[in-house]
Amino acid sequence: MSSAPIPSLIAEATNPIIRWEWVVEEWDQVWDAIVEHLILTMLAMLMGLVVSAILAAIALRFRWTMTPITATTSLIYTLPSVALFALLAPVFGNLSRWTAVLPLAAYTLLILVTNIVAGFQAVPASVRDAADGMGMSPMRRVWSVDLPLAVPYILTGIRIAAVSTVGLVTVAAIIGQGGLGRLIFSGLRRAFWTPMTVGASLSIALALVIDALIILVGLWLVPWQRRRKAATR
Amino acid sequence: MEQSGWSQMGDVAIRLENVTKSFDGASGAAVDNLSLDIENGSIIALLGPSGCGKTTTLRMINRLIEPTSGKIEINGVDVMSQSPQELRRGIGYVIQQVGLFPHRTIASNIATVPKMLGWDKSRSAERVEELTTLVGLDHEMLDRYPDELSGGQQQRVGVARALAADPPVLLMDEPFGAVDPIVRGRLQDELLALQTQVSKTIVLVTHDVDEALRVADKIALMNVGGVIEQLATPDELMRAPANDFVRSFVGEDRGLRRLALNAVSALRFHQGPVVSADATFDEAEHAMALEGSDWLGITIDEIFAGWARADDVRAARANGTELRDVERFEPIAQVEPTSTLRAAMELIMSSNSSVAVINDGGRFGGVITLEDIRRALSSADIETADGTA
Repeated sequence: MSSAPIPSLIAEATNPIIRWEWVVEEWDQVWDAIVEHLILTMLAMLMGLVVSAILAAIALRFRWTMTPITATTSLIYTLPSVALFALLAPVFGNLSRWTAVLPLAAYTLLILVTNIVAGFQAVPASVRDAADGMGMSPMRRVWSVDLPLAVPYILTGIRIAAVSTVGLVTVAAIIGQGGLGRLIFSGLRRAFWTPMTVGASLSIALALVIDALIILVGLWLVPWQRRRKAATR
Repeated sequence: MEQSGWSQMGDVAIRLENVTKSFDGASGAAVDNLSLDIENGSIIALLGPSGCGKTTTLRMINRLIEPTSGKIEINGVDVMSQSPQELRRGIGYVIQQVGLFPHRTIASNIATVPKMLGWDKSRSAERVEELTTLVGLDHEMLDRYPDELSGGQQQRVGVARALAADPPVLLMDEPFGAVDPIVRGRLQDELLALQTQVSKTIVLVTHDVDEALRVADKIALMNVGGVIEQLATPDELMRAPANDFVRSFVGEDRGLRRLALNAVSALRFHQGPVVSADATFDEAEHAMALEGSDWLGITIDEIFAGWARADDVRAARANGTELRDVERFEPIAQVEPTSTLRAAMELIMSSNSSVAVINDGGRFGGVITLEDIRRALSSADIETADGTA
């Protein structure tokens, strides 16, 4: 911060936090970044969910695998993202989307596996006993009793993982991917604040919107909990 | 309904033959060589301390636990001859924590087994309505979720759900253990009322002596290892405990408990010092002398009209007034033939008298005294209240 008023005024006049003409002019580029950001987030989440579902099923079926699975996914989670992107770039090539998606998906595993397992473990034993005792087959019970009851936990996991993935996608800009992250990085590189401001605020907005959407999906998927809160007497 | 082909009351509905269950790593067998016949249409309570194998026994009947050896038959069919799922869909199952599906409405919970059996929607819906009425639930609850209901209401739903496909056998594992004593008592009464309509063969696991006494036709009192120490009617169990274990389990107050099991009608009624208002003073004096009583009961048109003091009766005779004009006191202690002996005793004690008037459908039916109750307790041959002795 300069104490001299005049140069700073000039600086702000030429390089303000946001210059709206730029946003209008470069809107196509901004829109592409948003779409790419979303695609990367969704691909990573989908992949993460599929792998997590398999890992969680194994952990629930064979209790002893829980510890190694948690240990491995925790280890992945501790790896610095910049380092992981950098390491994978030579393997898949800078231009492949998978170079970004694979690490992003890997980062979701810890949160998703933990929440899926917790969700299934939270199904009351009495509910399982009643289902079995009425002659429900094991597969039917998993799909029509255990899974619906685990949904609130699973959705919580998806929310946390999705929001953190939206954030991590920006980091993938260092390997030429990264949606809105690329705007941020190009702005930083050129000391031109507008793309940086646009990229940063849109990625925050994206995270908030996705968070809100998942909460809405939850309300729709879990009507019994909404009513319970309503029925406080 | 569909089960019209089932055997009649009195036949064996469930037969356990030399059933043994040992769990891996446990020292002794949880249930050791248990044999038990359960009558069709009866309620049997498997009663005993925790760890006696009563729940294991129950869960072997619907194969939630597989016996290590031995044979279990339901209506003559070996339970091992069908798949566990098929078997369980034909057996009602009620547990202490109810285990309603929190994500399904009450209607959907009740329709669980019909849905699995592939009933069409209208038949299911009709059955749900029917059961809702049967267990005394409000129909507007059908669209609610289990968490919106009280514990007692949830347990009613649990019973309705178990009865949905009209199974001939109902297994109940501590069904009323999770509700408060007042609701428990009400649910027990409702179960008995329900049973008069549905006549299921009910196996009920409980550790609560009072519950067993209240609802069961027969009690199998079990000891560790699934050993049946005594299989008897509630009254028999109280009157003639087979051994020290039974005696200590049912408690030293079993005499008092028997009082709750027997109705006033089990006693021979007697007239007591009671005469009609039309009787002569000689007859009145005679009635009082016979009972050694200072009070005279007076009936008008066969309805008990009140007690008169002996002195007042004699004064009336001297004054030449009528017996019906002697000052009378309302009887505080009045019982009905269906009242339990315990209720009669409580009334007599709290009314600070030694006699209760039996009101038999509006008419004077006789009197019952503390002495009558004491004698009933010591005798071995009073009829039991439920007439199953």
